[in-house]
Amino acid sequence: MRSRSWPRKKRRQPGRYYIPAADIFETDEALTVILEMPGVQKNNVTIELENGVLRVDGQIDFSNYKGMEPIYTEYNVGHFTRGFTLSNKIDQAEISAQLDSGVLTLTLPKAKDALPRRIALE
Amino acid sequence: MASISDPFSTLLGLQDALQAFRTSGWLQSSPSGSGSYPLLNVFRKGDDLVLIAEVPGIDKSDLELQVKGRTIRLAGTKTVKYPDNASLHRRERLAGRFDRSLTLPVEVDADNVKAECHGGILAIVLPRAERDKARSISIS
Repeated sequence: MRSRSWPRKKRRQPGRYYIPAADIFETDEALTVILEMPGVQKNNVTIELENGVLRVDGQIDFSNYKGMEPIYTEYNVGHFTRGFTLSNKIDQAEISAQLDSGVLTLTLPKAKDALPRRIALE
Repeated sequence: MASISDPFSTLLGLQDALQAFRTSGWLQSSPSGSGSYPLLNVFRKGDDLVLIAEVPGIDKSDLELQVKGRTIRLAGTKTVKYPDNASLHRRERLAGRFDRSLTLPVEVDADNVKAECHGGILAIVLPRAERDKARSISIS
């Protein structure tokens, strides 16, 4: 039987993938995920939320490295990918993303019914 | 070649090697690199050297770059801010003051060094000093 673990969508390109450094914080209204993806351009980012798993993918344009011969290296150049399992209920329609100088900021507003509610006594 | 070796040390050595293999994580996904900050790569492009550093989230004005002879210095400050009322779930991004220098194998023409910063990548083109270039000599 054929393994089913192969990704269904051919979204991901072959090549090296690395984990971007991430910060996650939560406020009363939203969950914010900040990912460092140096060298990733705006149109090469895909963000998906499926079954409570947030998956972020950033592709690197290797054409900038053409004709360059590495002589001293401290880091590998590759695409970025990372997934997070979300415990909170997220208002999927309201997710927003911003990419600024290699830092991707995702704002995931909590769904209305997941927000704490204060009940007034009659 | 050691003909008789301590069987325990052999076994321990094997165990260590297996342990290192198992915990090295090279089969798992990992960050692209670690160590000094910021991480940088040096490439050769023709006669010139190109230094590329990852500086995500660092403003151009917070970076300081100096070149003298064969040494290049990269210093700066990175700030990471969170809202006051936020509770942190994960904190991996580094922040603070950094200062590192790198000695190059060739002399650099300091007046013609160009630096660009786009999308969290700092690229510094370091042209090799004219007097440092190899000269071909015709044989008479």
